[in-house]
Amino acid sequence: MALSREDIFSRVKEVMVEALGVDDDEVTESATLSGDLGAESIDYLDIVFRLERDFSIKIPRGELFPDEVLNNPEYVDNGKLTDVGLKKLQEAMPHADLSGFASDPDVARMPEFFTVGTIVNYVERKLAA
Amino acid sequence: MRWIWIDAFTEFVPKERATAVKNVTLAEEYLHDHFPGYPVLPPSLMIEGMAQTAGILVGEAADFREKVILAKIRVASFDDYPVPGDQVAYQAEIEHIDEAAASINGTILRNGHKIGTVSLMFSHADQATVDLGLPEHNFVFNDQFMDLLNTYRIKAAAKPA
Repeated sequence: MALSREDIFSRVKEVMVEALGVDDDEVTESATLSGDLGAESIDYLDIVFRLERDFSIKIPRGELFPDEVLNNPEYVDNGKLTDVGLKKLQEAMPHADLSGFASDPDVARMPEFFTVGTIVNYVERKLAA
Repeated sequence: MRWIWIDAFTEFVPKERATAVKNVTLAEEYLHDHFPGYPVLPPSLMIEGMAQTAGILVGEAADFREKVILAKIRVASFDDYPVPGDQVAYQAEIEHIDEAAASINGTILRNGHKIGTVSLMFSHADQATVDLGLPEHNFVFNDQFMDLLNTYRIKAAAKPA
């Protein structure tokens, strides 16, 4: 039976609590991983490993967190994503709502758009595929 | 003193699991300060023992080409302290490994009885997206670590089938 969005969120919440040592009431869909939950770079890999285990899915490197676009000098000019870079990022992250990012695509702002809900969206799409 | 916190491997199944042991002895200087009159192996050094056991296991999985760096202590929980005269066993199992990192689950035994759980994450440093400015050569797996594994392999090969 397919998991509901609520079920997925509940499991993602457990992953966040275990991986980041946060309280479960801190894990809301709008909480940002870095800003609100204090995730550091290794935590992102920890989260990927735990999601793969808990949902029995395979997450290719760069699919959930497409850092390769953000770190590619071809797509970044003066700390901001170029139009081509932004398009690449939107293609790479259909699970993220980047509408607020497009007006000022400063790479440093990207963590503000990576929320628990982004992960729930990703898992939902992955399970439906 | 050498920074090596395991004495020997007793099991090594490539890409899966490894067990290493450490004999705790009063000849070790730090025990006299931790604590005076009550020498116990500090949990931090048990984490290091597990990291060395698991780090070699993870390193071997990629034929020691990667610089395997302890990146995160996911869980570290202890119920008891080993004391001089005890043998500690570090049992490490690879949970997940890929080109960027690895996670392991570990159990710590004191004279055969479970006293702790440690889960760790290792990063393959050269695969990081940010340049960490690390030296070119693989400084992680020095001769001391490689000798431990080689000794185990020689002993295992000499064991009658």
